[in-house]
Amino acid sequence: MLERIAAALRRLGRQFINAIWRLGYASRFFLLVLLRSGTSFRRFRLVVKEIYFAGVLSLIIISVSGLFVGMVLALQGYETLQKYGSAEAVGTLVALSLTRELGPVVSALLFASRAGSAMTAEIGLMKATEQISAMEMMAVDPIARVIGPRFWGGLISMPLLAAMFSAVGVFGGYLIAVVLIGVDEGAFWSQMQNAVDFRYDIVNGVIKSVVFGVAVTAIALFEGYDAPPTAEGVSHATTRTVVTSSLAILGLDFVLTAFMFRGA
Amino acid sequence: MPPPVENLVEVRDVDFSYDVRPVLKGINMAVPRGKVVSIMGLSGCGKTTLLRLIGGSIKPSKGEVRVAGRVVHELDQDELYAMRRRMGMLFQFGALFTDMSALDNVAFQIREHTELPESMVRDLALMKLHAVGLRGAAHLMPAELSGGMARRVALARTIALDPMLIMYDEPFTGLDPIAMGVIGDLIKKLNDVLGATSIIVTHDVQESLKIVDYVYFMSDGVVVTQGTSADIRGSQAPFVHQFVWGEIDGPMPFHYPGTATGADFGVGAGHA
Repeated sequence: MLERIAAALRRLGRQFINAIWRLGYASRFFLLVLLRSGTSFRRFRLVVKEIYFAGVLSLIIISVSGLFVGMVLALQGYETLQKYGSAEAVGTLVALSLTRELGPVVSALLFASRAGSAMTAEIGLMKATEQISAMEMMAVDPIARVIGPRFWGGLISMPLLAAMFSAVGVFGGYLIAVVLIGVDEGAFWSQMQNAVDFRYDIVNGVIKSVVFGVAVTAIALFEGYDAPPTAEGVSHATTRTVVTSSLAILGLDFVLTAFMFRGA
Repeated sequence: MPPPVENLVEVRDVDFSYDVRPVLKGINMAVPRGKVVSIMGLSGCGKTTLLRLIGGSIKPSKGEVRVAGRVVHELDQDELYAMRRRMGMLFQFGALFTDMSALDNVAFQIREHTELPESMVRDLALMKLHAVGLRGAAHLMPAELSGGMARRVALARTIALDPMLIMYDEPFTGLDPIAMGVIGDLIKKLNDVLGATSIIVTHDVQESLKIVDYVYFMSDGVVVTQGTSADIRGSQAPFVHQFVWGEIDGPMPFHYPGTATGADFGVGAGHA
């Protein structure tokens, strides 16, 4: 009995040490990516290529999702607001929900599923097929040449995608509230303009999306770089990217919201 | 012993372990300039580990590896990268960059390490592809190449910067006999034309014995024998004989060690 407890404690201790070790390794990796980012800026076309893969190719899923989220918000918002005679405020509700929360959070979740998982799989497969080793043997630093441009590409894409999500979402809300339900168009837009503050709502939303961009891209790249060079290893790494990124987004969102929006 | 000429690569008393498992034990080797030297042995005997030590990807637990007179594991990253620019390595399955055409794969190093104009980079890459007979396949993507062609493109990429040392990790694996012959012939010719030095890690005996000047034979992390191709072919050492002539049973037994046969099948006393 005592031996079984000792074995369980040893297992727990080993898992804890592994987790700490992995966290340290991930931090070192992230620091190296930042330190070796010179190549990304000197040869910005490498970053532009990654913006295309991570950002432009995610536009369709982001736009379609944004449209539906905006439409649902308008339907639900109208349902509630009309009970209090404030149906015109539906534009405000849609815009604030999107710029403060849903735009950054949902677009980051979609970004993690689409671009993050693709990054992990790509880097993991490059490692499994010895492309990363080949690059090192050619005296080309893979952190600077492969990881850096993808990191900055993801980081730049994320706020742009979140902005696109919010913009399309507001349009979706307009379609439902004004075109379908018949809320007054002038009231819809003017109330929205009055309620949405650039610094408080838009900038804070952009800050959130930048933070989510850093988190998702760093997690995706680390998982790919750290993946065991096997089919199973890459598959597990891809799954871990989506799960860890999603949890990180939601956790960070809570922390950021607590600091940014305190009823001021 | 190899002839007494200047050695480009020297491995002295090298030990290496993965965690606590010893992979290399007291390895000594010398690779003379301009020669093609082969390291042979069964899978898992430490051949590729030795290549990685020479390339500076890993550090020995004991001893040292010298390339062009410099101890590889004592170099800092800039010095190591400077040395690697004068090395080339052909990986087992080519390791071509899958998002680039054959031409861009070959041009990759030239673009990364030189400031040459794009037209010259293209011409140089095409010349390297021409040397391996694949100038006409310059526009093809790796997925469109056969195994042998991919290996030749990888070879062209390996020699893109005219390296002083070329390392080959199992260059014949998975190739048909014609492609194998082509690769073997190219390795020898390119080594002579470029004035390079080549190290081939392989377990393909017959193909490599045709082209190499000297052979180190490894087993279980140590060099068990060495000599010229003729020495190896004529060796009467049981392990070497079994390996060279592909005999099924010998010092390396056909049966993996296990419990007695009788014990597994329940038919009384058997043999292991």
